[in-house]
Amino acid sequence: MTTIEPLQQHFEDTIAHEHRIEPRDWMPEGYRKTMIRQIGQHAHSEIIGMQPEGNWITRAPSLRRKAILLAKVQDEAGHGMYLYSAAETLGADRADLTDKLVQGRQKYSSIFNYPTLSYADVGVIGWLVDGAAICNQVPLCRSSYGPYARAMIRICKEESFHQRQGYELLMTMMRGTDAQRQMVQSAVDRFWWPSLMMFGPPDEASTNTEQSMAWGIKRHTNDELRQRFVDMSVPQADKLGVTLPDTALKWNAERGHYDFGAVDWDELAAVIGGNGPCNIQRVAHRKAAHDDGAWVREAATAHAAKAAKAAQG
Amino acid sequence: MSEEDEFGAYHALTESEDDRRWAFGTGFTDALEGVDTTVPDGVDGAALACYCLMLGDDALIYSHRLQQWITRAPELEEETALGNIALDLLGQARMLLARAGRADRTGRDEDRLAFFREESEFRNVRLVERCDNDFAELVARLLVFSTFRLALFDGLRTSGDPVLAAIAAKGVKELTYHRDYAAQWVVRLGDGTELSHNKMQAGLDVIWPLVDELFVPHPIEASLHGVAVDVQTLRTEVDVVLDTVLATAGLDRPATAPMATIRGRAGRDGVHTEALGYVLAELQSVARAYPDATW
Ligand SMILES: [Fe+2]
Ligand SMILES: [Fe+2]
Repeated sequence: MTTIEPLQQHFEDTIAHEHRIEPRDWMPEGYRKTMIRQIGQHAHSEIIGMQPEGNWITRAPSLRRKAILLAKVQDEAGHGMYLYSAAETLGADRADLTDKLVQGRQKYSSIFNYPTLSYADVGVIGWLVDGAAICNQVPLCRSSYGPYARAMIRICKEESFHQRQGYELLMTMMRGTDAQRQMVQSAVDRFWWPSLMMFGPPDEASTNTEQSMAWGIKRHTNDELRQRFVDMSVPQADKLGVTLPDTALKWNAERGHYDFGAVDWDELAAVIGGNGPCNIQRVAHRKAAHDDGAWVREAATAHAAKAAKAAQG
Repeated sequence: MSEEDEFGAYHALTESEDDRRWAFGTGFTDALEGVDTTVPDGVDGAALACYCLMLGDDALIYSHRLQQWITRAPELEEETALGNIALDLLGQARMLLARAGRADRTGRDEDRLAFFREESEFRNVRLVERCDNDFAELVARLLVFSTFRLALFDGLRTSGDPVLAAIAAKGVKELTYHRDYAAQWVVRLGDGTELSHNKMQAGLDVIWPLVDELFVPHPIEASLHGVAVDVQTLRTEVDVVLDTVLATAGLDRPATAPMATIRGRAGRDGVHTEALGYVLAELQSVARAYPDATW
């Protein structure tokens, strides 16, 4: 006890002063586990998130759009690698985290369990999904865990590029033909509510919030971030000329915020529970890539071992 | 950081500045913007355009096959590497197609040429059309393709067409990386395990019949003296590189015979394998479904 208490005190002081916990610092096991889970799930989201947009790379309707989309999906792979590395500073292992993902033992963002059904979805994902991700992640640039906070700074910069690219695609499409405008509206209709669900369950139903706030792992509640996202998105929808699919959406001067309708929490529960439109497909796809690549990774390891042995003479 | 600063990135979205940074060099609309695209004296514009289509289509179609690997690679590092290579080749394709559309005075832009030509108008070699069976086949083909294209672009740096010369100079750096990446994997897989060795050898065997076509001279090339590279002159250089990599990897150079042509006509003449139709069906589907749209 006598050795733990000063360490515990130092940890708590570090958090209280908004300084960062670094990999070699002492930390409570609960903090370590929570961080590994949070970073791991974030990494999984980046990697699974490549699929819905990757779905349109080969069919992109212009070579410029194709290059932008390809670069974006490639960025997401980079984000995933960067985050897995951050998790590894806590003693986790990328291969082990990947196993957990493909065995369905760890989650990723619910939004990627929705299908992408037209090229407008690429734009709407950039605008709303990367947008919601930014809302969620910008506060994490001040996460108490140093490597995660630093990863988030770099990632948020790229996410905001993605968001602007998505919005610019939608702007261009809205200036195009009627068919294009319908395509954009239909994509907004499908992605608006799932985007609101990205902030997680309502505060009264959220179990981890209190401890995570105390540890500086989480800085705003789900409902605060969701409200912020709605407030920021409404003027952008207006500028774009699309209608957000919520009849209850209305400015409330008293609150200084937009009121909005009730999210279908049963749908979110179904998606989180594994029954979203694409859960099975997304995990099976990731698992197939991982399994199909096993012989390649084994060969690389075997070659490296042989080369190391040869170098020793 | 105040809350307003925190979310500044999001608020900046509706500001109407046109900042090209966020396109990462992918956002340009005109691949040859600012370049003098006058066809040099004594060069036949139609022949030059056709030659640019040959080289551009190689890159466009092969990039497509690489794009199909995205989210399917054996490791995340391979996702980003293959994404990079596909992007480089797409960039080369865009410049070459844009050059073609200017040189033949048809005014067709890169998208018109990529999305609205028929299969028989594509001028790529048959090697780039196949769908890879596995990662071994992917790196086998990438090694052959990038070794060939690097040698070709190296020669094109002194082309009598300054635009082609500039495209080649840029491409040489990219292709050097592609070739090194492929060579490293061919060595790893050839040397790694018995399984990977066998798969690597099988991958080479499958694509080898398509290698010869790369070095068959075409009348268009011959007509563009001083502008195009004579592919026959590249064979020795390419063979030396391939033989070195295969020897390091402990692999045999396949002895398979070249795939026959149809009365002398193959990819460069618009006579392809069945695989290309499926590539184009996918590549062109959205653009053709909305021919009046702007993207
Ligand atoms: Fe990302
Ligand atoms: Fe993103």
